[in-house]
Amino acid sequence: MANDGSGEMKTRTFVVTRFDPDKDQVPKTQSYQVSCRPEWKVLDALNFIKDEIDPTLSHRWSCRMAVCGSCGMNVNGAPKLTCKTSLSEYGDTVEVAPLANFPVIRDLVIEMDGFMEKFKAVKPWIIVAKEKAVDEGTNRQSPAQLAEFKQFSMCINCMLCYAACPVVAKEPDFLGPAAIALGHRYNMDSRDEGAAQRNEIFRGEGTVFSCSYANECSEVCPKNVDPAAAVNQAKLNSVIDWATSFVVKREK
Amino acid sequence: MAVEVYRHDVIVVGGGAAGLRAAIAAVEADPKVSVAMVSKVYPMRSHTVSAEGGAAAYVPGSEDSLEKHLYDTVKGSDFLADQDCAEYFVEQATAELTRLEHWGCPWSRNEDGSVATRPFGGMTVPRTWYAADKVGFHMLHALFQHSMRFDRIVRYDENFVTRLLVDDGACRGVVAIDIRSGAMRLFLGRAVILATGGAGKCFPFTTNGTIKTGDGMALAYRAGVGLKDMEFLQYHPTGLPGTGILITEASRGEGGYVINAKGERFLTEEHVKATGNDYGVGKKAELGPRDMISRAEILEIEAGRGLKGPYGEYVLLDLRHLGEAKIMAKLPFVRELAKTYIGVDPVHEPIPIRPVVHYMMGGVDTDIRGATPMPGLYAAGETACVSMNGANRLGSNSLTECLVFGARAGVESVAFSKSSADGNEARLRGEAETEGARIDTLRGRKKGGEKMSVIRHEMQLTMERGCGVYRKQDSMNQAVAEIAPLKGRYADLVLEDTSKVFNTEVLQALELGNMLDVAETIAIAAAARRESRGAHACRDYPTRNDAEFLHHSMMFFTPAGPRLEKKAVTITRFQPEERKY
Repeated sequence: MANDGSGEMKTRTFVVTRFDPDKDQVPKTQSYQVSCRPEWKVLDALNFIKDEIDPTLSHRWSCRMAVCGSCGMNVNGAPKLTCKTSLSEYGDTVEVAPLANFPVIRDLVIEMDGFMEKFKAVKPWIIVAKEKAVDEGTNRQSPAQLAEFKQFSMCINCMLCYAACPVVAKEPDFLGPAAIALGHRYNMDSRDEGAAQRNEIFRGEGTVFSCSYANECSEVCPKNVDPAAAVNQAKLNSVIDWATSFVVKREK
Repeated sequence: MAVEVYRHDVIVVGGGAAGLRAAIAAVEADPKVSVAMVSKVYPMRSHTVSAEGGAAAYVPGSEDSLEKHLYDTVKGSDFLADQDCAEYFVEQATAELTRLEHWGCPWSRNEDGSVATRPFGGMTVPRTWYAADKVGFHMLHALFQHSMRFDRIVRYDENFVTRLLVDDGACRGVVAIDIRSGAMRLFLGRAVILATGGAGKCFPFTTNGTIKTGDGMALAYRAGVGLKDMEFLQYHPTGLPGTGILITEASRGEGGYVINAKGERFLTEEHVKATGNDYGVGKKAELGPRDMISRAEILEIEAGRGLKGPYGEYVLLDLRHLGEAKIMAKLPFVRELAKTYIGVDPVHEPIPIRPVVHYMMGGVDTDIRGATPMPGLYAAGETACVSMNGANRLGSNSLTECLVFGARAGVESVAFSKSSADGNEARLRGEAETEGARIDTLRGRKKGGEKMSVIRHEMQLTMERGCGVYRKQDSMNQAVAEIAPLKGRYADLVLEDTSKVFNTEVLQALELGNMLDVAETIAIAAAARRESRGAHACRDYPTRNDAEFLHHSMMFFTPAGPRLEKKAVTITRFQPEERKY
């Protein structure tokens, strides 16, 4: 067992971004010396600082098992899920900053309103012409049909992909990787009939065609959702959908 | 001070599975109803997200039946469940999971496209629906995303409720802090539904996320509503040492073994015959109920057959014989968690595990409608004690419970809201202002000399010593004696953060206050139950005593201290019998 808690403690310096809008014009940094257990994640050190050194530090976290998506931050410049990122990956100094490309509320806490609006904009729910009654039972969906969208349903909304995306950095209104992947997830679900609506959204400005193929989103995704693949598939599908509707219309 | 006022028909506190299901049921029950969803986190961060193994419901056409599911649930509860509630639960379970399927939950499938099920502990047939081993995650996201269709569900994300408002004996709203601004908010409504989850963070070693601080339980308790069966606390048999991270029971449902330091599967019938160490699980072996397997692990460790590690002694969960293909298909998250958090790849090595605080059977006293005795106040999910879980919950019943009783509470709250009048707004506004003034005094409070992390840590250690897998009368009494002074010291907390914006120190202080209240009820109810039943295993009283203790425990807040009462158990179909598997 590599990280079972045995082994040496190591003292590290954490350079943490601080910002209190009540007091600060611009963000500053504050350094903390922490003696770290060998198996600790970045989040463990932040919680130690909060509990034992400086209770005024604000950061979000909850599950500490890489599934609630709360604790994304930029660590040494790269977006990371801090509960999943081992301190052993770093040297003596670790810089912790809020996720890039988001407004900051305080310290390491970013503002998520814009993300939540993008999230809702892709209509992330099953759309059907006629709702099935519960007593009709479940839909049939083969394992192969499930596999068409399962990967894209694994997103934990941690927003690391937005912090990594070069397009979001330039165009904050870009719909962005996670929201597009979510819309694509429903488009690929055999139970859904809403692809035409979502493809129309995808053909709009600031959506799939704004993507520059940087692939940064998939590289930082802690859940291997591969949003870049979703964006590329969504591009293709939204074009095919458009072309098909055009052909059908012309034939009438 | 100024208070922001918001008006809705129904106010749901909490945005996990139970809260979301309640909100959806409420807006579907009436096209005019408006619902406020007030949660201290964004709904997708709620702890439902961490549930892994599955959700139980009868599958039509299978070998299962409602009768079997009911019997398993009642027997699992060690006959403390209210059987009318358990029966309603099994009757509604299939419809609820089917609804979730229609709403997009990616349930795992059989080759023919039907929903797949897996075996689970204490269940006689496979009836646990699953989505690989991230069932809570998928259910929560399906519910949250579906809820976005309804404009009449108005979310107030990151709003922390500090007080229930009671006027003329009925619950008329809540007061909350808008965490982002620090402003106080008054939410006025004709019904309130509490769905804030459990209180695992009263203990040092728990599967629960940091948000699980018993908020809804403490709110109801202080408003005069009883907390029921608080002594029944579920230890999950397979937590990772150190972090307490959950390794799902589905690991055993899919065929995993629990082994001791000698490599023996100590839960099997063969092993019982060879050694005489009978842990009560019979033929079920690793698929015995959680209370029994947690006890078996402790007894193996006490007998010197555990392994020693930096975080105490442990036993092992062995999945190697399942093979990489099955582990990746059915238990990929287990593999990810074991590799990330303890450095073990279960394809090649057994996983260190030990019993860990997981779930509270007890909670806010509700009836079969999700209604508390206070008019206008409802509760559902882990916050509530309806009671269908009695002294021990079966794995995979709780996710379904969130849906069944969340939906019921949603519908009932709408019916109530139509027949009820508004509260006295001026008076409620005054109460909210008083509450705001109280919160203001907490920010940067310099008086006193107590450090928050110290009090929290001492509370957690007290609870672990007093209310473990096995309990002793003197250690429970000790816990009761230690919690009261901790509450006194809590009143002298020093707080340093003076900012109003995202002041998490004040939130932590309020959460600690909630946990101290909840912890005290757990300890007192435990010390008073002089028998062993389900998850309450007392070494001084090792057997169940129906003559004296076949009743629910009720804890009430009084200014002079907690008061304990009894409440009758509803027994309909199954008379109590010896619980043997």
